Amino acid sequence: MSFLNNYIYYIGAVGLILIGLYILLAKHNLIKMIIGLAIMDTGVNLLLITIGYIKKGTAPIFSKTGLNPRNMVDPVPQALVLTAIVIGVAVLALALSLAIRLYQHYGTLDMRKIKEQRW
Amino acid sequence: MRKIVSIILLSVIAIGIVLTLMKIPFAVPKTKVGAYYVDKGVGQTGAVNIVTSVVLNYRGFDTLGEVTVLFIAALGLGAVLATVKKKTKREIMPSSLVLSTGCKFLFPFILLFGTYIFIHGHLTPGGGFQGGAIIASGFLLIYLSCPKKRINEARFKVTESIAGLTFVITGILGLAFGGYFLFNFLPKGVANTLFSAGIIPIIYIAIGFKVGAELAGIIDGLMRISE
Repeated sequence: MSFLNNYIYYIGAVGLILIGLYILLAKHNLIKMIIGLAIMDTGVNLLLITIGYIKKGTAPIFSKTGLNPRNMVDPVPQALVLTAIVIGVAVLALALSLAIRLYQHYGTLDMRKIKEQRW
Repeated sequence: MRKIVSIILLSVIAIGIVLTLMKIPFAVPKTKVGAYYVDKGVGQTGAVNIVTSVVLNYRGFDTLGEVTVLFIAALGLGAVLATVKKKTKREIMPSSLVLSTGCKFLFPFILLFGTYIFIHGHLTPGGGFQGGAIIASGFLLIYLSCPKKRINEARFKVTESIAGLTFVITGILGLAFGGYFLFNFLPKGVANTLFSAGIIPIIYIAIGFKVGAELAGIIDGLMRISE
């Protein structure tokens, strides 16, 4: 049980990454693959945040006096994830626009039917 | 066949990740650089929000690169969607009076909230990226409730460019005054007040405008092809 208590966040984050990767590999519909990419993105962000967590930690903001710097969580992964979320949204939009273009060209989103994209 | 190969590949990757994570203990301080930022951040940058001081002061150049990635993604979306030939006609049902009036009533408050988030980026949780995303969500609300309304694309592009230029020019001014790019040349002020932390609020306001205009432009580009 203590194993679960300690590693449940890692398990959840890695689980999301693996689910996303499985969707990317096994599904044929392009929209489903983009959804898989988004799930993977969330998993990676969650893993980075989890690595920076400290037991009973507070946010790294000195908004009032008397906060102990030793209790604050690691600010570096939070700073990285902050920008990664917005960039993830933009990359998702770019992928969706490419999917729209592919659909208009081939009339389908099934990757098996698009001739040059056969796996 | 494909599913079996995928599952084998995934189990190999899973074993690799698990073996790596076994070496990383959970919920204890790990990096020395994080502790350094927490200890020295307020004194060195003047911003009480350490995440902000990491994003814009210690790793400011990195953030400039990330803003550039966002810009290129928005540009790529525009370039891909510009070549869409046949515009599909779609029946647009006008939304009800209650919905459209409610959304128009909420819109300025959403803009105000987004502005609050990016102006107070160095004091409270939040900042330019989050505030920009909130502003873009306000535009998304208007697009969903009033399908006839469109943003002025040229003005958004100008806003975005001016905001990007402000970031770069602030960095170059730092080069001129302090000797290196993005040097915090303004007075740091009293910590935990609005006018503190030197160039950090200026850059975060620029990023807020840039991200808001960019994401609103992305929404506009995706909505435009189905009118």
